[in-house]
Amino acid sequence: MIEARKRRRMARAKRMVTIVFMIGLIWFSILQTGVSIQTLLAGLPNMKTLVKEMFPPDWSYFISITEPMLATVRMAVLGTTFGALFAFPVALFASSNVAKFPLIYQISRFIMNLIRTIPELLLAALFVPIFGIGEVSGILAITVFSFGIIAKLLYEAIEAIDPGPLEAMTAVGANKMQWIFYGILPQVSAHFMSYALYSFEINVRAAAVLGYVGAGGIGLILNNALSFYQYDRVLTIVLYTFFVVLLIDLASNYVRRKLI
Amino acid sequence: MKMHKPIRKRVRTWIAILIVLAIYIWAFAGAPIMEIKETAINSMKGMFTGLIHPDWGYVYDPDGEDLLRSLLETLAIAILGTFISAILCIPFALLAALNVSKSRSTAATFKVVLSAIRVFPELILALIFIKAVGLGPFAGILALGIHSIGMLGKLIAESIENLDLSASEAITASGANKMQTLWFAVVPEVLPAFMSYTLYRFEISVRAAAILGIVGAGGIGAPLIFALNGHTWDRVGIILIGIVVMVTTIDLISSSIRRRIV
Repeated sequence: MIEARKRRRMARAKRMVTIVFMIGLIWFSILQTGVSIQTLLAGLPNMKTLVKEMFPPDWSYFISITEPMLATVRMAVLGTTFGALFAFPVALFASSNVAKFPLIYQISRFIMNLIRTIPELLLAALFVPIFGIGEVSGILAITVFSFGIIAKLLYEAIEAIDPGPLEAMTAVGANKMQWIFYGILPQVSAHFMSYALYSFEINVRAAAVLGYVGAGGIGLILNNALSFYQYDRVLTIVLYTFFVVLLIDLASNYVRRKLI
Repeated sequence: MKMHKPIRKRVRTWIAILIVLAIYIWAFAGAPIMEIKETAINSMKGMFTGLIHPDWGYVYDPDGEDLLRSLLETLAIAILGTFISAILCIPFALLAALNVSKSRSTAATFKVVLSAIRVFPELILALIFIKAVGLGPFAGILALGIHSIGMLGKLIAESIENLDLSASEAITASGANKMQTLWFAVVPEVLPAFMSYTLYRFEISVRAAAILGIVGAGGIGAPLIFALNGHTWDRVGIILIGIVVMVTTIDLISSSIRRRIV
C-alpha cells in the first residue's frame, strides 16, 4: 500500500518537474526571440493585403512554369537515384551482420549520422559556391541528403533480415560478393526501392525550394516572383507544386504498397 | 513442364519496366552538364581549410552577434514553433481522424487540408509572416508553427484512428458528452504518441530553423549566408560545426526521451 502510494507520488512529482521544465523552456524562448502578440495583431492587416494580392492566381503563368517544374522533378529523380546508389554499399558497411567488425560499422554509421544533421537547403547553399548557380548544385544536394535517409533506413532493414539463407550460403562456400547478391539483395530489394521512393517524395518537395539559394528548378522562378512582388504568380507556383507533389505522392504510395 | 507466369502479370511487369526506363531516359537527356570552374576549386579549398581552421573567436563575443547567441535563437524558434503547432494541430487531428470526426467527408476534407499545409514551404510562409511582423525570429516561429501542423496533424490523426475506441464507447454509454469522451478516453490513449511525434517534429524543426535565416526569419541561417557570400570560409566552418553539434545533441536527447515514452 505504502509502496504504491510512494510510487504514485513519485510519478506525480516527475510530471510536475516535466511541466515546470517545459514552461521554463518556452518562457526562455519567448524572452530570447522577443515574441509579442501585439506585433502580430498590428501586422495582420499587412498580411491580409499580401494574401489578397495572391488571389486570383495568375492562371496563364501555368504554361510558362511547366519547364522549370519538370526540371525540378528531374533534379529529384537524378538526385534520389545517385543517393540510392551510394547508399547501398554504405548501408552494407553499416550493418553489423554484414560488416563483422564494430570499427567498420560504427564509422559508417557515424558518417551517415553526420550527413543527416545537415538540412537540404544548407547543403545546396554550400554547393552553389562550388558548382555554380543551377541544377547541378541542386542535384548534388539532393544526392547527399537522400543518401543519408536511404542508407539509414536500409541498414536497419539489412540488420533485420533472416540469417538462415546467409548461413546456408557460407556453409556451401559462397564468397562475399555472391553472399551479398544472392543472400542479402533479394531480401532487402523491395525495402530498398520503397525507401528510395519515400525519399523521392521528400526530395520533390525539397527541390521546389532549393532554387531559392540558387540551386535550380522552380525555386529560382519563385525567388524572382517574390522579389518583384508578383504574389499572384507566387500562388500559381505554390499551387502547381502542390498538384505535382500530390500526383507523385499518389503514384509513389501506390507503387510502395505493391512492393511490400 | 516449365511453369510460366500468367501473361497478364508479365505484361504488367514489362509496362512497369518501360515506364521506369522512360522516366530515366527523360531525366538523363535533360541532365545538366557538370563543369567545374576554376573558382570551384578555390571555393572547395576554402571550405575545407575553413572546416579545419574554424573561426573560434566567433563562438562567443560578449558585445556582438556570435555563434552561441544565434544557435540559442535557432533553438528558441524551433521550441516555440513546435509548441504552437502542437496546440494548433489538435483540432485538425481530431477532425481528420475517421473514427472521431462525424462524417467521412469531413475527415477526407481535413486530410487534404493537412497535406496542403504540409506542401506549402516554410520559406514562403516565413516570407508572408515577415510582412506581418517584420524581419526576425518571430516570423520564423510563426512559419514553423503553421507548417508543422501539417505533419503533426497527419501523424496524430493516424494514431487516433488506430485507437481501440471501446473505452470511449463505454464512457459515451454512461452518459458523457463529446468533450468528456475526448478528454477521458481519447486523450490518455494518444498522449504518449502525441508527445513522441511532437519531439520528432521538434528534431525536424531545429533543422528547419537553422535555414529560415536565409530569408531573414531569424536564427543561424542569416550569418551563414553572409559568410558564404562573403567567402569568409573560417566563419562558414565554425557555423557548420555549430549546427552539426546542436542538431546531434538535440537528436540524442530527444530520441532518448522518445524511447522512454513509447
